[in-house]
Amino acid sequence: MASQIVRRLARSRLDGILSSSSPNPSFFNRSFSSESNLIRATLFPGDGIGPEIAESVKQVFRTADVPIEWEEHYVGTEIDPRTQSFLTWESLESVRQNKVGLKGPMATPIGKGHRSLNLTLRKELNLYANVRPCYSLPGYKTKYDDVNLVTIRENTEGEYSGLEHQVVRGVVESLKIITRQASLRVAEYAFYYAKAHGRERVSAIHKANIMQKTDGLFLKCCREVAEKYPEIVYEEVVIDNCCMMLVKNPALFDVLVMPNLYGDIISDLCAGLIGGLGLTPSCNIGEGGIALAEAVHGSAPDIAGKNLANPTALLLSAVTMLRHLELHDKADRIQDAVLKTIAEGKYRTGDLGGNSKTTEFTKAICDHL
Amino acid sequence: MSRRSFSILKRLITHRPNTSHLLSSQRSVTYMPRPGDGAPRPVTLIPGDGIGPLVTGAVEQVMEAMHAPVHFEKYEVHGDMKQVPQEVLDSIRKNKVCLKGGLMTPVGGGVSSLNMQLRKELDLYASLVNCFNLPGLPTRHENVDIVVIRENTEGEYSGLEHEVVPGVVESLKVITKFCSERIAKYAFEYAYLNGRKKVTAVHKANIMKLADGLFLESCREVATKYPGIKYNEIIVDNCCMQLVSKPEQFDVMVTPNLYGNLVANTAAGIAGGTGVMPGGNAGAGYAVFEQGASAGNVGNTNLVERKRANPIALLLSSAMMLRHLQFPSFADRLETAVKHVIADGKYRTKDLGGDSTTQQVVDAVIAALD
Repeated sequence: MASQIVRRLARSRLDGILSSSSPNPSFFNRSFSSESNLIRATLFPGDGIGPEIAESVKQVFRTADVPIEWEEHYVGTEIDPRTQSFLTWESLESVRQNKVGLKGPMATPIGKGHRSLNLTLRKELNLYANVRPCYSLPGYKTKYDDVNLVTIRENTEGEYSGLEHQVVRGVVESLKIITRQASLRVAEYAFYYAKAHGRERVSAIHKANIMQKTDGLFLKCCREVAEKYPEIVYEEVVIDNCCMMLVKNPALFDVLVMPNLYGDIISDLCAGLIGGLGLTPSCNIGEGGIALAEAVHGSAPDIAGKNLANPTALLLSAVTMLRHLELHDKADRIQDAVLKTIAEGKYRTGDLGGNSKTTEFTKAICDHL
Repeated sequence: MSRRSFSILKRLITHRPNTSHLLSSQRSVTYMPRPGDGAPRPVTLIPGDGIGPLVTGAVEQVMEAMHAPVHFEKYEVHGDMKQVPQEVLDSIRKNKVCLKGGLMTPVGGGVSSLNMQLRKELDLYASLVNCFNLPGLPTRHENVDIVVIRENTEGEYSGLEHEVVPGVVESLKVITKFCSERIAKYAFEYAYLNGRKKVTAVHKANIMKLADGLFLESCREVATKYPGIKYNEIIVDNCCMQLVSKPEQFDVMVTPNLYGNLVANTAAGIAGGTGVMPGGNAGAGYAVFEQGASAGNVGNTNLVERKRANPIALLLSSAMMLRHLQFPSFADRLETAVKHVIADGKYRTKDLGGDSTTQQVVDAVIAALD
């Protein structure tokens, strides 16, 4: 185990050096396996409705001839001592090797002595940025129909450092940690993302008028990176004002980059604007170009196995994974098919006010490809 | 027999709208003042920065037109001052009530915000924002009537920050049992006195287990003392998501400092914007009334130059102030006039989709006073 840790440390160092020497870090340094043109990707179907919606993704990918070979991993039934969690070391290694993965909803079993599954993935794979593209789905009416923005959230530090203590009885302190390294890393990714996806503006969301040093440092890092991207407009918005602007006119925003807690709140708020977590894709970016796309909704054990679940979030997450792999053409086809199926309104699952089965919905998407 | 009861029922039904109308128009009669209660009360007035002087000026005019029994002691305070001048604090301590425009907060200027200083100095631990739909003002959401009560003195706003090593900065969020308990008490008390049905505690205790855990624990304890009021808890990110999809489920919300700031602004946004939401800060001894959300956001210079800031929020806040001073009929008159102007829709500022100047709105409100 010790040797494995050393090896991993050495590799992440190396990645760090590589990424700091090249202007555009190694998000897209990818080696395709030479014997076949298939890209291997790890798939965690997850719990509850996970296997059904994962099946739906596999079916759509097969129909669209996406050159991906899935390597399925399930959450173990007992704690793996190497990860202190129900996730096995092998599944983590698989993601590290493939560098791309797709994850369904996972429910962390209640109990002590192990880490939450999401936390394990985040820590072990160094998933430092959470990217959520939010766009209004045509045909699915919500109170907002002009949303088209991307939230990028720092995922490793800030308020979620987990450092808390009781000073004296009745007085508790919780630490928020902001580091230059992590802030630069997420800012760098945000601007890289904006450029790669033809976005025009990056807004840094902060509360530096109150937390002058911590959020001040975050802003400083964003400004430094912004200088390297003169073609992208950079602005800073105070978080409370941002909340107000988002609910009044979400079209004002393009790409938003923010520290952990604000990102958590804003990305869920944006999901609410377009109709909930069941429709929001999400992708986590890790050190060394790892991308783990995921559905952020719950595992809905109450409807599991009943063929009622909505696979949209996982499908659209898979689309962000394809975009990460620069398979834009396939990504567009699948995304269009999903949007068209929802817009038509003939086949919709229960959560969108329809009464189609998961399989019917999936078939409709395949027909639209 | 059955016929008789039918006619009684009919009478009851036909009479009900009538009685309720009578009640509402005569409410002020039930308020029996003590001798001397009509004497004008001094109120400290801080015009503040940006749109502040414009909107506080609006309040002064309306108060004068109503012959409201208040007179203002005006003090100049600006956001770039090192601290709030002593004479201002003395005046508020003497008058116990203050009305204030926004004070600018410099970003990263090394000065702590004057808004925060004022709250700490006077121990104004509760901040209250009332977010509701005004009749006649089209918004994306309907049936919003939320009161956000926010702890105002500790939490993320403790101001304790330091650089551990170069490139690593730490900020302390402090939660105390004492402050959590008193804000929870205030929230339930508010709900109780105002006939509200439900109090929702907003938290992130799944991550900040100790800090937000302590806050929740305090709320739960207080909740047991108010059996008539429902209590529930919601995680802050889910809360924001629910706010933008189903805001009608919320009533009174009680929150630690930072979440309250975000929740209040989100709620203000869905109900019609920060330009119309009244609010105030209260402690055991003093109360400061101001624009409900965004105390540090004093508007852009364009609004100030063209004199087009929206005075509605501060006018409604001063109605809250009048009620706080126990002048309920003046409060009712002011509120009715403001609502009348909004419903009329002829004079509205740009943020509400109109093109009126501040003065035009003020004149309309004065004209609508009965």
